[in-house]
Amino acid sequence: MGIYLPIAEMSVNVFVLLAMGAAVGFLSGMFGVGGGFLITPLLIFYNIPPAIAVATGANQVIASSFSGALAHLKRGTLDFKLGTVLLIGGIAGSAAGAFVFALLRAIGQLDLFISLLYVVFLGTVGGLMLIESVNALRLTKGGVPPALKKSGQHNWIHRLPFKMRFRTSKLFVSVIPVLGIGAGIGFLSAIMGVGGGFIMVPALIYLLKVPTNVVVGTSLFQIVVVSAFTTLVHSTTNQTVDIILALVLMIGGVAGAQYGAKAGQKLRGEQLRALLALLVLAVALRLGFDLFVKPQNLYSLTGVSGLL
Amino acid sequence: MRAAALLAALLLAPALPAQGQEAAHPESIQIGLSTDRVAITADFSGADLTIFGALENADPLINRQGRYDVYVVLEGPARSVVVRRKDRVLGMWINTRSETFVNVPVSYSVATTRQPQDITDPNNYRQLSLGANNIYMEPEDKRDSPLTIQEFTEALRDRKQAIGLYSDNIGGVQFLSQSLFRATLHLAPNVPVGTHKARAFLFRNGIFIKETSAQLAIVKSGFEQTIFRFATDHGFGYGLFAIGLAMLTGWLGRIIFRKD
Repeated sequence: MGIYLPIAEMSVNVFVLLAMGAAVGFLSGMFGVGGGFLITPLLIFYNIPPAIAVATGANQVIASSFSGALAHLKRGTLDFKLGTVLLIGGIAGSAAGAFVFALLRAIGQLDLFISLLYVVFLGTVGGLMLIESVNALRLTKGGVPPALKKSGQHNWIHRLPFKMRFRTSKLFVSVIPVLGIGAGIGFLSAIMGVGGGFIMVPALIYLLKVPTNVVVGTSLFQIVVVSAFTTLVHSTTNQTVDIILALVLMIGGVAGAQYGAKAGQKLRGEQLRALLALLVLAVALRLGFDLFVKPQNLYSLTGVSGLL
Repeated sequence: MRAAALLAALLLAPALPAQGQEAAHPESIQIGLSTDRVAITADFSGADLTIFGALENADPLINRQGRYDVYVVLEGPARSVVVRRKDRVLGMWINTRSETFVNVPVSYSVATTRQPQDITDPNNYRQLSLGANNIYMEPEDKRDSPLTIQEFTEALRDRKQAIGLYSDNIGGVQFLSQSLFRATLHLAPNVPVGTHKARAFLFRNGIFIKETSAQLAIVKSGFEQTIFRFATDHGFGYGLFAIGLAMLTGWLGRIIFRKD
């Protein structure tokens, strides 16, 4: 069954979109990620113009992250203060990202830049995660329980000025790296259409030493607000948010996430991380492949506004 | 001598009015659209558009021999298009050169009675700017080298054909009777909205006789149009609405599939 997307101005198969949403929802429920890093490339592979895929991806991320953030709010595993400082950085980053986005679109390098960012970030995060989880799996096989990093270990980040106390996270840390992480992820959110959870979670754990139980909730809170801001910026400046596309993806995603969460409970943490790492690497490879292999068509058409 | 002149005049007379008559009542062509608006609805996935038309004052003899040909074009609104070419830079295929063309019809679909080369010769098509390969693609920067412009013009036509916006339907014009014909044109799933112009060209024995045209508005249907207008005219409000909708979906999802 075809469905007409009023902003993308094209007709697509509604079942393909639902399946895409459900598959990404399943994975995001299983791994506890927003899934924006999967949905945007999938939409691009499905010939949705990248500009629309990114803006709509950001919109879709809100739904799944909001759902997750509510659950964490109820459990009290959400550090509002830390989230708010991350947000201040995030909104600045997102605004800068949207500006760069419009600029790149005008000079015709948006697709390249999106692909490059995906390849670099997914490749790095996926690679690191794979190494870490494979090591953990090997250790548990050898009978040694995986050694958890002790919190309270300090690094250079903890020597920066402008310290602030975050009670829920039991942290006393400079606001500079917090703002910086927020800004970086806001920037990526605007250009890649991702929530940024896959970067935010490791950054909070390894750089700021935020306790693991607060990380996901706080990250989700920040993602909801930054994605909302990104959606707003894109809809105001680029008019590239396709609400019909987003809605179909969200419906599939919300349903898929529930089954994914159940499946996730049956797997161990290291196994989950190894699988997620493989998935992330696969997406990075697929996008990298497109960059380096001679395309079928050397020529492409765009409207002067960036869309056809 | 007088008588001879009169006789000659009488002999010539039938010929003269006949010529005059042909000039006064040449064949002509009319087309009519069943609707002047095509609405794109949520389930739109491309469509066939039927245009009916009639020949007037057709010569029955030529008609019987099948020497009348009709060439129907549906031309979409004109917009500017950027054609970009990918080249290998540091091993990666990235957009390098580009050429902007102005007033390029977004879509161009053709229906003909026969193979275009059997209707008339290429020169006539060129003179009439008829057919996707003959419409003039105007480069924005005319100082670029003709070779480059030609290369990008070809690429532009090629891409348009590949995505179905430029299409040919050979045999898409059928005569239903001596004078009545029906043209079937393909509307691609990504057909642009706006005012489209339908034109029909009549050829007799390969000679262009007459052209006629009609307007067709392709619009998004009520709901799609409302969304589109909302998004373009009130981007901020639209963004807020999109956020609200996403939050509502997430919240509903949590209620419906409660886990904790």
